[in-house]
Amino acid sequence: MSTSSADSSPPVSGLDYDDTALTLALPGSSTTDASDRKRAGAASHADKPPSPKARAVGWPPVRAYRRNALREDAAAAEAKRLVKVAVDGAPYLRKVDLAAHGGYAPLLRALHAMFASCLAVHRAGEGSEGTAAMRLVDSVNGAEYVPTYEDKDGDWMLVGDVPWKMFVESCKRIRLMKSSEAVNLSPRRSFK
Amino acid sequence: MTYFPEEVVEHIFSFLPAQRDRNTVSLVCKVWYEIERLSRRRVFVGNCYAVRAGSVARRFPNVRALTVKGKPHFADFNLVPPDWGGYAAPWIEAAARGCPGLEELRMKRMVVTDESLELLARSFPRFRALVLISCEGFSTDGLAAIASHCKLLRELDLQENEVEDRGPRWLSCFPDSCTSLVSLNFACIKGEVNAGSLERLVSRSPNLRSLRLNRSVSVDTLAKILMRTPNLEDLGTGNLTDDFQTESYFKLTSALEKCKMLRSLSGFWDASPVCLSVIYPLCVQLTGLNLSYAPTLDASDLIKMISRCVKLQRLWVLDCISDKGLQVVASSCKDLQELRVFPSDFYVAGFSAVTEEGLVAVSLGCPKLNSLLYFCHQMTNAALVIVAKNCPNFTRFRLCILEPGKPDVVTNQPLDEGFGAIVRECKGLQRLSISGLLTDKVFMYIGKYAKQLEMLSIAFAGDSDKGMMHVMNGCKNLRKLEIRDSPFGDAALLGNFARYETMRSLWMSSCNVTLKGCQVLASKMPMLNVEVINERDGSSEMEENNEELPKVEKLYVYRTTAGARDDAPNFMVGRIREEAGRGVATVVSSSSVSSAGSGKATLVCLPYLGAIWPGIIIHHPLYFAF
Repeated sequence: MSTSSADSSPPVSGLDYDDTALTLALPGSSTTDASDRKRAGAASHADKPPSPKARAVGWPPVRAYRRNALREDAAAAEAKRLVKVAVDGAPYLRKVDLAAHGGYAPLLRALHAMFASCLAVHRAGEGSEGTAAMRLVDSVNGAEYVPTYEDKDGDWMLVGDVPWKMFVESCKRIRLMKSSEAVNLSPRRSFK
Repeated sequence: MTYFPEEVVEHIFSFLPAQRDRNTVSLVCKVWYEIERLSRRRVFVGNCYAVRAGSVARRFPNVRALTVKGKPHFADFNLVPPDWGGYAAPWIEAAARGCPGLEELRMKRMVVTDESLELLARSFPRFRALVLISCEGFSTDGLAAIASHCKLLRELDLQENEVEDRGPRWLSCFPDSCTSLVSLNFACIKGEVNAGSLERLVSRSPNLRSLRLNRSVSVDTLAKILMRTPNLEDLGTGNLTDDFQTESYFKLTSALEKCKMLRSLSGFWDASPVCLSVIYPLCVQLTGLNLSYAPTLDASDLIKMISRCVKLQRLWVLDCISDKGLQVVASSCKDLQELRVFPSDFYVAGFSAVTEEGLVAVSLGCPKLNSLLYFCHQMTNAALVIVAKNCPNFTRFRLCILEPGKPDVVTNQPLDEGFGAIVRECKGLQRLSISGLLTDKVFMYIGKYAKQLEMLSIAFAGDSDKGMMHVMNGCKNLRKLEIRDSPFGDAALLGNFARYETMRSLWMSSCNVTLKGCQVLASKMPMLNVEVINERDGSSEMEENNEELPKVEKLYVYRTTAGARDDAPNFMVGRIREEAGRGVATVVSSSSVSSAGSGKATLVCLPYLGAIWPGIIIHHPLYFAF
């Protein structure tokens, strides 16, 4: 949706813009007020059919086919699965939307991007099809991070064992654990 | 020329493919009329109710390619009741009876049934191209009939239709002997298709140049298909959601490398940004790109892709692209001719990432721009003036500011001057849609300068009847005028009524036209159908003094030689006070409804969607020598 690109700061940001907009009105006149501006426009055309502020039928003029297609996408996009991500040693946590990624590899790439200053994605050994073991590497001191997650039962699991969709449903939070701490999780096991 | 044998005359006519020219030569004399009609191969019917299907089939028995359009344009936005009409059946039936050599049929905004598709499939042994745009009323069973029986099928192009899904079997109905496909577009089919059938069909279609898949087709299937179609020129992808690293994406990458002829891309359903990188190597050869169904891509994704598309001529995107993205378009796509920016969010008081700045940037960077559709939340006169100066070659200019009646966001003035600049500078402008706060002045400019204008769309604009009259008097080439929510009344409707005979149609909804105005129009212009659609309950007002006739909600006026429609929904009979004069309004009984040719106007009342206040169709049944 367009609001997700707010990070790239669109030129118009709503109320702020309206407040700072320069107009030709005298100081203290009511037309600097945003809602008055709209009313001023409407009032001078009193003979017109009332201009609808609510959505009019068939407006904006977008074909039903296109509306439906986008609505399906929006519905899919709204099924967000936001979970917290903690990285050992980082000063704050992040949140990632599991539903927005197609699989383990995109997720780990996204995590890498989030903590980009300190991590690089590193594939450990040749994976068989599907989930190869992946680890994140601190490019500064070479420390490895093992992605783990807490599942519905409260157990801490290694990321990558279960099919992606099952993981999305059962994952409650993610922790990138320093591998020096992860001794009990056997990261070099080969996967089915 | 009368001493030339007919074959010679026919040969001379073969150098006149344009329908307008052929219509002209057929008026010269009876001999030429006969020669022309028997040698006519392409017929275009812009309004299916302007002429009877049977008349067309009788006049042009040797037609090979027929195009018929049904509902008015505003039907796209749900302004026309669903049972209004636009039925394809009479056309297919008439062609089946009279034009056995038919090879191509194109229909837009019509109601097509499975029975009609079945009849179509069985009636024309040389049938090879079916194009349906924004149609409805049929299911995948109808497509199965086409696939099964049209042995020479080259083109099956389904664009944005509402198709009922009855399973994937239809695609498997193409027989093994069918190897002639050149173009297959089933992007609007909602259901799954059998991947194996699709792959086999593509494998045995060496001439396939255009293929548009639907959402259900996986990356894996797409990769397999593309390995078989190195000559593909136009591709609509299936969904692009799979995990980036899997085998399928590697296969897709190598398959795409082989598609050196690929020029046009669309689809991108559910596209995840990471998948786009597979497409990057292709970008440099693309001339057409449609990303308008990919709301999952944000501005930076779009920029990365579009900055590589240096040969792009046609770009359709969502407003997620932002002004920054449009600046990249301006600096990268120097050959751009057509730009469409669609809204990702339909809330009229919201914000979009594109503003007037993006449009100005594109106009500066893309001097070849001639076709624009731009949805945004704000505009300024200054921007439009700059755009007009930079791009005087516009033939299509459609600007939709989402909030109705919104003024210039900087000066708070109406946008009259901005649009005035557009019509003044763009001397070849054929199609215009205006929006924002607009007074009668903009119509004065349009009437004065837009001399080539053929289609004008107006919404929430104008102050008085003068506005519409400027247009009716000034735009000599106007063929289609559609107006909604604007203060034009009977005086405007009747100001230049003779013009309606030179136009295809007029649509007015939520304006100030009254029933009386419609009656007067119908009485003055016997060659028009004046259709009134009222969906609300106002029956009590009907009995009142007729001076205060209620306003007409929706009005559709079009020239016709076909007389009264016989497929208007749900006839009902009503009683109107008789008027002196040329028999404008008469009391009708149901029997006289069917008596065409009486020369009297009949007032027929019909309800739409169970409303109590009947809608009214005012007809002049008329016989016209064709």
